[in-house]
Amino acid sequence: MRTLFEKVWQAHVVREAGDAPTILYVDLHLLHEVTSPQAFSELAARGLAVRRPDRSVATMDHSTPTVTAPAGAAARALPMAAGAAEQLAQLEANCARYGVPLIGWDDDRRGIVHVFGPELGYTQPGMTIVCGDSHTSTHGAFGALAFGIGTSEVGHVLATQCLLQRKPCTMEVRVDGALGPGVRAKDLVLAIIARIGVGGGTGHVIEYTGSTIRAMSMESRMTVCNMSIEAGARAGMIAPDDTTFDYLAGRPGVPTGEAWDAAVSRWRALATDEGATYDRTVTIDATTIAPMISYGTNPEMSIAVNAPVPGLADYRDGPALERALAYMGVTPDEPLLGKPVQTVFIGSCTTGRTSDLRDAAAVLRGRRVADSVRMLVVPGSQQVKRQAEAEGLADVFRAAGAEWRESGCSMCIAMNGDQVRAGDYVVSTSNRNFEGRQGPGARTLLASPLTAAACAVRGVVTDPRTLL
Amino acid sequence: MTPLPFTTLEARAVRLVRDDIDTDQIIPARFLTTISRAGLGRHLFADWRCDSMNAPRPDFPLNAPAAEGARVLVAGRNFGCGSSREHASWALADWGFRVIIATSFADIFRNNASKNGLLTIALGASDHRALLDVLEGDGSATLHVDLAAQRVAAGNWSASFTIEPFAKRCLLEGVDELGFLLAVDADIAAFEVRHTPGVAAALLTASRAAS
Repeated sequence: MRTLFEKVWQAHVVREAGDAPTILYVDLHLLHEVTSPQAFSELAARGLAVRRPDRSVATMDHSTPTVTAPAGAAARALPMAAGAAEQLAQLEANCARYGVPLIGWDDDRRGIVHVFGPELGYTQPGMTIVCGDSHTSTHGAFGALAFGIGTSEVGHVLATQCLLQRKPCTMEVRVDGALGPGVRAKDLVLAIIARIGVGGGTGHVIEYTGSTIRAMSMESRMTVCNMSIEAGARAGMIAPDDTTFDYLAGRPGVPTGEAWDAAVSRWRALATDEGATYDRTVTIDATTIAPMISYGTNPEMSIAVNAPVPGLADYRDGPALERALAYMGVTPDEPLLGKPVQTVFIGSCTTGRTSDLRDAAAVLRGRRVADSVRMLVVPGSQQVKRQAEAEGLADVFRAAGAEWRESGCSMCIAMNGDQVRAGDYVVSTSNRNFEGRQGPGARTLLASPLTAAACAVRGVVTDPRTLL
Repeated sequence: MTPLPFTTLEARAVRLVRDDIDTDQIIPARFLTTISRAGLGRHLFADWRCDSMNAPRPDFPLNAPAAEGARVLVAGRNFGCGSSREHASWALADWGFRVIIATSFADIFRNNASKNGLLTIALGASDHRALLDVLEGDGSATLHVDLAAQRVAAGNWSASFTIEPFAKRCLLEGVDELGFLLAVDADIAAFEVRHTPGVAAALLTASRAAS
C-alpha cells in the first residue's frame, strides 16, 4: 500500500547507497532566464554537456516586459533593464550552444513556465519535474512530483538529469464539501496556509484529497498546488483522474492512439492505495471557507475578507504580527473591508489562466475600474491571451479601464518594471505578500481574481459576494 | 563550484531574531538580473539594511559596529522560506557569513546553503534561547563551531547539533555534489534504459517545431 508520492518517488530512484541521499531521476527540467545562467556557466567551466536536452525546455518569463510592442516592432526591441536584456541574450546563447529547446520571444507558445508546461502537455502524471523556481509545485496538480530547486541543482540536472534528494515525509490535506458562492481555489489554498502555517509543510510533500479537490477543474487544482510552497511544503500533489486525462488529451506533448490509452491506464494506477498512510493528515471543511484576503507579510497571515484582522494576542507570534501590521499599515482587530487600494494585479502562475480571467471579467463586465485604481491584467501565457481575446474577455478589461498586457510573471515578482509604488496597497492574485515583493515598500493583499476585480471596481477592499 | 570546506569556526554572531525571514528579504528580486553569482553581498537584506535613499538604517543589526567581521547569523524560525533563489545563499556567503543558526530552515534554502559552504544549524528552542541570552549579555561574544564534533559554544553555553551525514561530509571535505553525481554515470545510464520513456519523444518533436 503506497501513496501517490511514494509511487512516483520509487519509480525515479536511480540509486540509494550508504549515507548519501537518494539519486533521483528527473523526467522534465524547465528552465528560465533568471536562475539558469550561473548553472550553464558551471557546465562551461567544467566542459560538460547537457545530458538530456530532450527532457529540458527553457523560456523567458521573469524579467520580460509585458507591454505590447508597437505594430511592426519585435517584442525583443522593447526597453528593459540592462541586466534583464543580458539575461535573455545569455539564455538564447546557452540554449543554442547546448541544444536545449527554447520557447523564446517570438514563440506564440511563450508564457510563464508553470502555465505553458501544462498547456502544452509537457506536464504529465507520474513524472518528476523540476525548475529553478519554487512554484514548480504547480505541476503536482497532474499527479507529478514537481518541486523547485536552486541554481546549483539546475546545473546538476543539466549535467546528469539527476538530483541528490532526501525522501520527504507525506502530509494529506483532505478537503470535503462544496465551496460556497464566490469562493475559489485561491481562497481554499489561502485558508489551508492560514491553518497549517507558512512553515507547516516543511519537509513534507502534500497530497490534496477529498471531494472538493475531486470536483475541481485542472486550473483550480493548479492554483492549489502552486501555493504548496507557501506552506513550506516540498511539493503538492493531486492524484490524476478523468478531469486530468480530459485536460491533457490532444495536447502537443502527450502521446496519441494506443500510446495514449496505455499512458492513461498507467496514470490511473498512480492514485494512493486504499489503506496507505500519511505521516500527517489535516482535514478542512470547504463549506466553512469564505473569500480570503491576506493582511500581513506572509501568506499565512490571511483572513476571510469580511473578518477583522487578528489582535496581537490572538496570533501565535505577537511581535511578528506587530511588525507585519506596521509594515502593512493595518490595525489589529479591525476589518480590511473598505480600505482604499491603489493597484489591482490579476495574473501570475497562481491565477493567470483563462478561468481566472473569466472570473475577473464576470465582475468587470458593464462596470468600471474605480478612478483611483490602476489595474493590470497579465495573462499567464500567450495562449491564454489569445483565448481571452477570442472570448471577448480582453474587451471587457479594456472597456473597464484595466491595462491588458502580454504574458509574463510581471508584478508578481516585479523585476520587469511592472511594480507597485512604495506605500501603495495592491490587491494581487499572485502568491506572495512578502515585504517589498511587488516593489520596495509595496503593500500586498493576496486574493482571488474575483475578489481582486471587486476591489478594483469599488476602489476599496470588497467582499466579492456583494457584486455577484 | 567546489564549496569551501568547513571544519571549525571562531567568530562573532549577528542576531536577526525574526521568524519566517523569506529569501525576498535576504535579496530582493530586483537584484536577480545578473548572470553571475559574485558580488551579491552588497544587496544582502537590501531593504532592511538600507533606506530608500540607500543610506544604512542605524537600527538594523547588520549595521551595528559589533556586526563588523561577524561570520554567524542567528535568526528565528523557518529561515529562508519562499523563493528558491540561490542568490540568497550567494549573498550571505559573499557578505562573509559561514554559519546560519535558526530553530528551523526552509527546505530549498537549506539545500542551497550547503552547496555554498554555508553551515545551517537548527537548534531546539531552549538551546536557541540560551544562545540568545549569552549574546544579549555580550554582543561581541565569540562563537565556536566544530562541525566534526557537531558542537556549537559561546561563553559558558554549548550545545550539540544534528546534521545530515552527507551534508556534513560535503562541508567538511568540500565535496562537490555535481562531481558525486557525475561519478555514478553508469547507474544513471542503466536507469534510463529501464525507465518508462515518458516525455522524451514528444519534447523532441516540440523542440524541432520550435527551431
